Amino acid sequence: MTSIKLKLKESEVQQLKEVARSFDNKPGELINVLHKAQEIFGYLPAEVQEVVASELNVSVAKVYGVVTFYSFFTMLPRGRYPISICTGTACYVRGAEKVLDEFKRLLKVPVGETTADGKFSITCLRCVGACGLAPVVMVGDKTYGRVTTDGVKGILKEYEDEV
Amino acid sequence: MELIKINIDNRTVEVEKGTTIFHAAKKLGIDIPTLCYMNLGDLNIEHKPGGCRVCVVEVEGRRNLAPACATECYDGMVVHSHSMRVLNARKTVLELILSDHPFDCLICAKSGTCDLQNMAIKMGVRSIPFQGEKSTYKPDFSPAIIREMDKCIMCRRCETMCNDFQTVGVLSGIHRGFESVVAPAFERDLDHSECTYCGQCVAVCPTGALTEVDHTTQLIRDLADPAKKVVVQTAPAVRAALGEAFGMEPGTLVTGKMVAALRRLGFDYVFDTDFAADLTIMEEGTELLDRLTRFLDGDKEVKLPMLTSCCPGWVNFFEYHFPDMRDIPSTARSPQQMFGAIAKTYFADQIETKRDEMVVVSVMPCVAKKYECTREEFKVDDNPDVDYSISTRELAMLIKRSNMDFASLPDEEFDMPMGESTGAAVIFGTTGGVIEAAVRTAYELHTGKTLEKIDFEQLRGIKGTRSASVDFDGVEIKIGIAHGLGQARKLLDDIKAGKSQYHAIEIMACPGGCVGGGGQPLHHGNPEIIKARQKAIYQEDAGKPIRKSHENPSIIKLYDEFLGKPMSEKAHHLLHTHYFDKKRKDVLLD
Ligand code: SF4
Ligand code: SF4
Ligand code: SF4
Ligand code: FES
Ligand code: FES
Repeated sequence: MTSIKLKLKESEVQQLKEVARSFDNKPGELINVLHKAQEIFGYLPAEVQEVVASELNVSVAKVYGVVTFYSFFTMLPRGRYPISICTGTACYVRGAEKVLDEFKRLLKVPVGETTADGKFSITCLRCVGACGLAPVVMVGDKTYGRVTTDGVKGILKEYEDEV
Repeated sequence: MELIKINIDNRTVEVEKGTTIFHAAKKLGIDIPTLCYMNLGDLNIEHKPGGCRVCVVEVEGRRNLAPACATECYDGMVVHSHSMRVLNARKTVLELILSDHPFDCLICAKSGTCDLQNMAIKMGVRSIPFQGEKSTYKPDFSPAIIREMDKCIMCRRCETMCNDFQTVGVLSGIHRGFESVVAPAFERDLDHSECTYCGQCVAVCPTGALTEVDHTTQLIRDLADPAKKVVVQTAPAVRAALGEAFGMEPGTLVTGKMVAALRRLGFDYVFDTDFAADLTIMEEGTELLDRLTRFLDGDKEVKLPMLTSCCPGWVNFFEYHFPDMRDIPSTARSPQQMFGAIAKTYFADQIETKRDEMVVVSVMPCVAKKYECTREEFKVDDNPDVDYSISTRELAMLIKRSNMDFASLPDEEFDMPMGESTGAAVIFGTTGGVIEAAVRTAYELHTGKTLEKIDFEQLRGIKGTRSASVDFDGVEIKIGIAHGLGQARKLLDDIKAGKSQYHAIEIMACPGGCVGGGGQPLHHGNPEIIKARQKAIYQEDAGKPIRKSHENPSIIKLYDEFLGKPMSEKAHHLLHTHYFDKKRKDVLLD
C-alpha cells in the first residue's frame, strides 16, 4: 500500500512516545493514543502506526485493524480545513449524500482526498450525535447544521480569504 | 463448585455453573453445530466470538435465540436445540453467509474438508434467496500459504491462532461491516509481513480462504520425466496422520502403506527424513555437548541454553522477533535440509547422477517447510537442496488421484541407505521428541555408558511448556520444552531477562509439535486428534530395533565414508546454517 516511505520528524516521534508514556504504554489505551497521534500528525500514516504499535506492545496488524474500523481515524493527510460530512442514518435520510456530492463537485476531489492546494479535504463520518441538526457538516471544529446543497458554496466562501 | 440443572431437548443434565449451553449439550451427546467457535482444550485456547450465529438455540423465556457457544447456562434453563424456529434461523444465517461467498466448491482446494460446505449440506441449503454484491479481494500468494479472502467468513479463528496462540500478530480483523476481512497490517501480502508460515491459521480455517501452496502438479510432471531421478523423503509425523485422510482413526500408523504408495506413485527412491533426523542428532547433540563441556570448564562466552533449530516456523519466528538472540539456537539445519544436502552430494555420487538431474521432494506435516526450501542459503548454483515440499494433505490427494485403495496396500520398507532410521528419529514428530532423542545420544557420548532406560517419560506430554532434568552421571542437565510460539516467547523472554535456568530448550511452532503441523489432515483445533498422533509416534519408536541415533548403521557409514566426524568442516558446510536479522525497520527518521 505505501510504496513511498515516509520520514517522520524525530521531534514528532518523541512527542508521540511521550503521549504513549502518558498512557502508561498500556495496550488498552490504543484508541486514545491514536486520537492524540492524529492530533499531532493530522492523520495516521503507516509509519505512525508502527511507532504506536511498538510503544504499546501490540501488533501493527491490530493497530491497523483499529484505525480502519473507526471512521474518525484517517490514513490520508488532511487539508488545512478538513471537511467532514455526517452520513449517519438521520443525516443520510435528510439529504447528506446530495450535500456531499456538491462538495465533491465544487472542490473536484473524491472522498478521502485533499485538494491540490492542500486547503480542503473531504471525509465522511458516521453519526456525530447531532441528529437534530441533520444533515450535519463539520469544517475543522466548526459545526454546520441543516446544510442544503445551496448552502455548500457559502460554507466554502467562509474560508476563501484565508491564505 | 456449584452444580446446576438444565434441560435440553427434554433431557436433563447437571453441569458446573459457568458452563455454556454448547458444552452442556455435548454432555448429553447433542452436537450443536458451530462454525466460528474453536476449542483447543488442553492447549488453553477457547475462541468464542459468538459471531456466526450458526449455533443458535431457543431458550424458554428469552425473546431472542441464544448462541450456544457463548451463552452460559443457569439453573432451571430450558433449551431447544432443533425446534423449527431454530432450524429456520440457522438456515437463514447460513444463507446469509453464502450470499457473500463464491460458489467455487467444485474447484476449491478445501472442498470435501470445508466446514462451511459441510454445514450447508447438513442444513439442507438448496438455494440462496439473498442475492447481492459480493466482496472481492485480490488473492495473496506467498511461498507457502495462499489467501483467498473472497472465501473468508470472518470467523476470526486464524486471528486467534496467530495472535493468542502463536503471538506472531500478523493477522487482524480490519475495516467493518461488509468490507471487513482478516489481513496483515496495511493489507500487505503475507510475504511482506512477519508471518512465520507456521500454518496454524491454515489448520483452523473452516473454509478455503487459507490454503497451502499446491506443488502436486509440478510433482506429477517431474515423476513423468524420464530424465529425472526423483527422490522422496517423508517426515516422521506424516505416517501418524496420513491414514486419517483415508477414513482411518487418528493415531493409525501407516508407515508401510505410505512407502508402498510412494513407490507406486513412481518415485525412484523412497527415503525417510528420519535418516536425516538421526543425522541432526549427531550434529546437534555434538554441538550441545561441546557447549556444555566448555561451559563446565568455565568458559563464560558460551551460549546456553542451546535452542533447537529443526522447526522452520520457529526459525522464522526468532529471526523476526528475537534477532538479537540468533546466536543461541543450534546451527544445525533442519532434517529436511540435511536430507537434501546429503541426497544431492553423497547419494547423487553413489548413483552417478548430476545435481540438476535429481529432484528431491519432501512430504511434510508443515507448510513452513515449503518456505524453508526456497531459502537462498540452501541452494547451490541456484539449485535448491530440496526442490519443493508437499504437505501430508497433498500426498493424500495424489494417492487418491492415482487410483490406489490405500487401506489394502501392502506394508513396504524404505529404500537404503537414506531410508534407515532409529526410534530416536521418529519421535522428532512430537513435542519433546527432539530433545529426548538428543539426550539419548548425548548421554551415551558424554558418559561413555549405556543408557539403562531409554524412555524419558518426564519429557513427554502435551502441556505448553515443560521442564525436566536429566542426570548426566553427576551433572544435572536442565531441559525446557515449548510447543506453540506463544509458549516459546515466554522461555525466550526469560532468557533475555537472564532468568532462564535451562541448558537446552526444544521449541516447535505447532501444537503438539509436527503431529499438529499446518500441513497435516486438518486438526480443526481438536487436541484429541493431536494426542492420538503423538501416541502413534511413541508406538513406532518403541517398536524399532535401534532407538539411538548414533547406532544407526547407515549414519555411521555416512560419517566413515563421507563426512568424517560430527561438526567436521564438511559437516559444517553441508549440515549447518546461519540466521538473519529480519526485524522490520519501517520507521525512518529525518
Ligand atoms: S471454502 Fe468451502 S464452501 Fe467455499 S468454495 Fe471452498 S469448499 Fe466451497
Ligand atoms: S502462518 Fe502462522 S504466523 Fe503466518 S499468519 Fe498464519 S498463524 Fe500467523
Ligand atoms: S481466513 Fe479463514 S479462519 Fe480466518 S476469519 Fe476467514 S474464514 Fe475464518
Ligand atoms: S446521523 Fe448525522 S448527526 Fe446523527
Ligand atoms: S459458533 Fe457460536 S456464534 Fe459461531
